[in-house]
Amino acid sequence: MIRFDQVSKRYPGGKDALSRVSFELDDGEMVFLTGHSGAGKSTLMKLIIVMERASQGQVFVQGINVNRVADRQIPALRRNIGVVFQNHQLLFDRSVFDNVALPLIISGFPQREVGRRVRAALSKVGLADRERALPVMLSGGEQQRVGIARAVVNRPQLLLADEPTGNLDPELSREIMSLFYQFNQVGVTVMVATHDLDLVARMKKRELVLHEGQMRESR
Amino acid sequence: MNSGATLATSRWRDRFRAWLSNHRRVAAETLAALLVNWVSSLMTWLVLGIALALPVFLYLLLMNVGVISDRFAGKPRISIYLQHGLGQVEAEKLMARLSRDARTETVAYISPDAALEGFQSRSGFGDVLESLDRNPLPGLIELTPQATQPAILARQVTDLEGEPGVDMVVVDLAWVERLFALVAFGERLVMALAAVLALGVLLVIGNTIRLAIESRRSEIEVVKLVGGTDGFVRRPFLYLGFWYGVGGAVIALLLVQVSLLLLDDPVQKLAQSYQDDFSLRGPGVLKGFGVVVIGAVLGVLGASLAVSKHLRTFAPSKPE
Repeated sequence: MIRFDQVSKRYPGGKDALSRVSFELDDGEMVFLTGHSGAGKSTLMKLIIVMERASQGQVFVQGINVNRVADRQIPALRRNIGVVFQNHQLLFDRSVFDNVALPLIISGFPQREVGRRVRAALSKVGLADRERALPVMLSGGEQQRVGIARAVVNRPQLLLADEPTGNLDPELSREIMSLFYQFNQVGVTVMVATHDLDLVARMKKRELVLHEGQMRESR
Repeated sequence: MNSGATLATSRWRDRFRAWLSNHRRVAAETLAALLVNWVSSLMTWLVLGIALALPVFLYLLLMNVGVISDRFAGKPRISIYLQHGLGQVEAEKLMARLSRDARTETVAYISPDAALEGFQSRSGFGDVLESLDRNPLPGLIELTPQATQPAILARQVTDLEGEPGVDMVVVDLAWVERLFALVAFGERLVMALAAVLALGVLLVIGNTIRLAIESRRSEIEVVKLVGGTDGFVRRPFLYLGFWYGVGGAVIALLLVQVSLLLLDDPVQKLAQSYQDDFSLRGPGVLKGFGVVVIGAVLGVLGASLAVSKHLRTFAPSKPE
């Protein structure tokens, strides 16, 4: 699903955010990406969704060398990847329904299909009764679940989450993680960047550790 | 096989329908958003309206001047004074020749006797003229030319001066030249002004769109992250520019119509003092529609300039 081959990323005028990172992620796998803040977790995820491009090395996503993807082909690539962010990135002037529907409307799904899929995604994250609510009326945990519903509504093969439990208490964090686990159980490849090592230990999944831009793998 | 093709076609049709409904929805949403914040929208519309109204107004002024000059001045008249003692026969031969000339519209002959009669009855110099022992007035041919352009008229005058029996040819070329120069100047002025103000409209819309983009930066980021194309991101801003342009044009037409209503009464009074029923002409439906189209085009153009400039900041960084 994902293959990094000697990937380095240097931001203009800065040090290496990633240096010579190599790893492989199989279809249907679930991995945790851990490390201190600033270790390069976000940069690694940005390379996968082509928000940034590698300075050196090759990044393959679903068999495609994303370094060679033209700017105007990036949207099509991103539609196959669900992304969850720490700060939710919800649109606060739109209802929960509209937030979750956004990827479907962008992909040009017909109206009735949009309604069906949005409701399915919302009920999967336990927010079936909140579709008319505005994000500000929801708690932090609920907002994060709206973000997850938006990430999976397109039924992507790959789900990325960057610190999805960063602002949540342990109870809510466990709930969110179990959602990711459920998606992985039905065949979605999941990569979760987190610094919540307790939670990682409990989930018993493969772990990729980043330290100052270099990768050490451990189980 | 067959069902697969049908499925693909229907999916394509679904996509197209979704794309079309997205256009409709975005157009309606942007207009609704403008109307909800109607105070700030009206400000922008007024600025655009004034900028668009000025060239429209000047254009109408020019159009009305054209109508007036056609009515009051008509075509220039050439007066051909014949030599003293030229007989009736020679004068009529000349007349016949001139009326066959393609450049002539009408010719009329005024004999010395007729001229004297008219002069006596109109000028009040009858007594003085009677004391003369012979008619001092020459024969005269009044000729209306086809052409109005000064250069062609000048050539025609030179030709007429070469005709046998012609003493002097008088045409008031100066005012014809002046009128044409004035109209040409006016047209240039309107064009230059329209170009400058169109640029102003582009900048105003571009800047307004730039602010809109800034205020919706996080939304653009989200849309791009979940796979929105540049077209999808651009669409609401292009419609915003479209509505600004159309609204500005409507305001411009309103301003022009109101000014015409205010001006029409005094203009009619002025015309009546010249025994004329002239009244000001407005832009009409077709030209009014043209103004709206120009407004819309400027709006979309200004918006697309602003959007394409600012969308570049969202593209991924190039590898070094």
